[in-house]
Amino acid sequence: MTQPTANCPNCGAKITFRWSSSVQTVCEYCKSILIRTDIDLKKVGQVADLPPNSSPIQIGTEGVYDRQAFVAVGRIIYEYNRGTWNEWHLVMNNGSAWLSDAQDEYVVTFSAQGRKLPAAGQSQVGQRYTWDNDTYVVTTITKAHYRGVEGELPFQYWDKDDVVFVDLMSTSGKFATIDYSDEVPALYLGKAVEFEEFNFKNLRKFEGWS
Amino acid sequence: MSTSGPNPGGTPQVRSLNCPGCGAAITLRSLSQAVTVVCDHCHSILDAQDPRLTILQKFKAAVGEDPPLIPLGTRGKIRGTDYEAVGFQRRTIHVDGVPYSWHEYVLFNPYKGFRYLTEYNGHWNDTSILRSLPTVNNDVSRATVSYLGDTYKHFQTAKAGTTFVLGEFPWQVRVGESSDVSDYVSPPRVISSERTGKEVTWSMGEYISGRDIWKAFGLQGEPPERIGVYENQPSPLSADTNAIWVAFGGFMLVLVVMMILFWSFARSEQVVEGNYAFNTNKRGEASFVTDVFQLKGHTSDLELKTTADVNNNWIYLNYALINQDTGQAYDFGREVSYYSGYDEDGSWSEGSRADRVVIPSVPPGNYYLRVEPESDFGHGTISYSISASRDVPQASFLGIALLALLIPAGLITWRSMNFEHLRWAESDYGSTGSDDDDSEDAGRPMSLGNLSGKRDDS
Repeated sequence: MTQPTANCPNCGAKITFRWSSSVQTVCEYCKSILIRTDIDLKKVGQVADLPPNSSPIQIGTEGVYDRQAFVAVGRIIYEYNRGTWNEWHLVMNNGSAWLSDAQDEYVVTFSAQGRKLPAAGQSQVGQRYTWDNDTYVVTTITKAHYRGVEGELPFQYWDKDDVVFVDLMSTSGKFATIDYSDEVPALYLGKAVEFEEFNFKNLRKFEGWS
Repeated sequence: MSTSGPNPGGTPQVRSLNCPGCGAAITLRSLSQAVTVVCDHCHSILDAQDPRLTILQKFKAAVGEDPPLIPLGTRGKIRGTDYEAVGFQRRTIHVDGVPYSWHEYVLFNPYKGFRYLTEYNGHWNDTSILRSLPTVNNDVSRATVSYLGDTYKHFQTAKAGTTFVLGEFPWQVRVGESSDVSDYVSPPRVISSERTGKEVTWSMGEYISGRDIWKAFGLQGEPPERIGVYENQPSPLSADTNAIWVAFGGFMLVLVVMMILFWSFARSEQVVEGNYAFNTNKRGEASFVTDVFQLKGHTSDLELKTTADVNNNWIYLNYALINQDTGQAYDFGREVSYYSGYDEDGSWSEGSRADRVVIPSVPPGNYYLRVEPESDFGHGTISYSISASRDVPQASFLGIALLALLIPAGLITWRSMNFEHLRWAESDYGSTGSDDDDSEDAGRPMSLGNLSGKRDDS
């Protein structure tokens, strides 16, 4: 598969897409946020300086989830009262997934459409919901704000204000999050994963750590 | 970083900053994962996410506050991964006005994140946050939680406040803030829930010896002595208790098999049988010898039964079992006596008209019995009979073996129960009531330690 390439409309740098279905990307050089149109790339915004972030994952990090290889191609950085966390956009053979890294706690989720979801502001900690025969309990309701993007994303995502996430856990290690970024809430289902299980390659290096 | 070309991450480094309160150097060991960092010079709690390190709180630390036993910045290997001690806090609960404190160490690895060590009175736990929800069962007298198929019993619930902090924390730490902590135990593990407002964080601790921590972090000297029994301390005897009962069962089986073999192979062959009469009215030598009989097979026991029709009378028989070939003699005496009568309580009796004795380990050969009866003079004729059987299985052997095995098993079980009693004495369900806890055995709250003299916490 040849990777689609284009040039940054802002600085002219070469933009290579790792994933042909990417909708949005960020120019590595000038940090322009670029949206793919039928013809070319359109600059829609500019990424401000990203906050210091010590996720061990970076664009190009490879790993395995559920015996499927993936590569991290982009991320959204959110800021909340515990600092920042990353939603890494993973590309697998048959689509995309999200790897959330909040203080080195890793959760892989997949978009789960068509489930009945509570409207914004209706959920409370301790409330229970059942999707796909698993019962989840609301554990945290996080108010966060969009802090930046990097790399390729499957949708347009930039210039957002405050967003609310409702996180839920099951008694069987499953994890769910309801994303109230858009008017229609979006559900993501997945599970918490131990660092070792990913068999990561091409991680960031930390000085003094191996 | 945004203008310096493609540099998706760079190499994050330990950042060195200065405290805005006093100017002292601040090191951020957990990189940008730290949420708060404490200046150990002026005890300012700083916002580690803010590049200017805004002061969030200043607290007063007592003079002589215990320093961390694991100095911050020390690295050690836990479960095969290097972790660096980055934070330290003392947490305190009050039970009837008495403060009890324990210490928590924040450990960090840039790939694996945070984990925690807790220490109370020389008892350590290796703790990490649970990634799956335990199931709480509150419908029983003593609440339990289930997690991965194991049941944990509720031990204690208390309000734990932070009373001293040092270093970095991955959450907004403040001195004086508290949360409701419940511990559920299934030694060597403990599951704790921490409730702050509506949110509950579940964590699991596993008991670890101070010695292992000293080894992992290469610490000098000896770990502090353990005091008392800790809530999830594995009983040093529980493994023994199971093992000894398994061994007991095994030995019992062997014994039973042995007995069955003995019984099925024992000859139980009668070699002597005779009825005799002893005239007590006659004086003089009454001794006699039996016919010679053959004891066949291997060395085995000989059971000798004596019955006599004594009534308010006795007969004493001097026996000698003599080997005709070697002259070896087994001398023994048996008394048969029986008394009965009536008194104000009714009828009574004493003694028995039959006697049984086993002579162990008699080699095969040709033997005869020499018998000499004795009794009081002038009580008429006493009829008695003697019978001897070769190779008779003995049940008493089983009894003795059983007892020999039962004593250590019972002893260890008793000591194990004692250990569990000490454990639970410290729980919400301890027998030592909360009425008189000025005494030493007062119900000590959960993990918590009484750091004597540390009354400044509140």
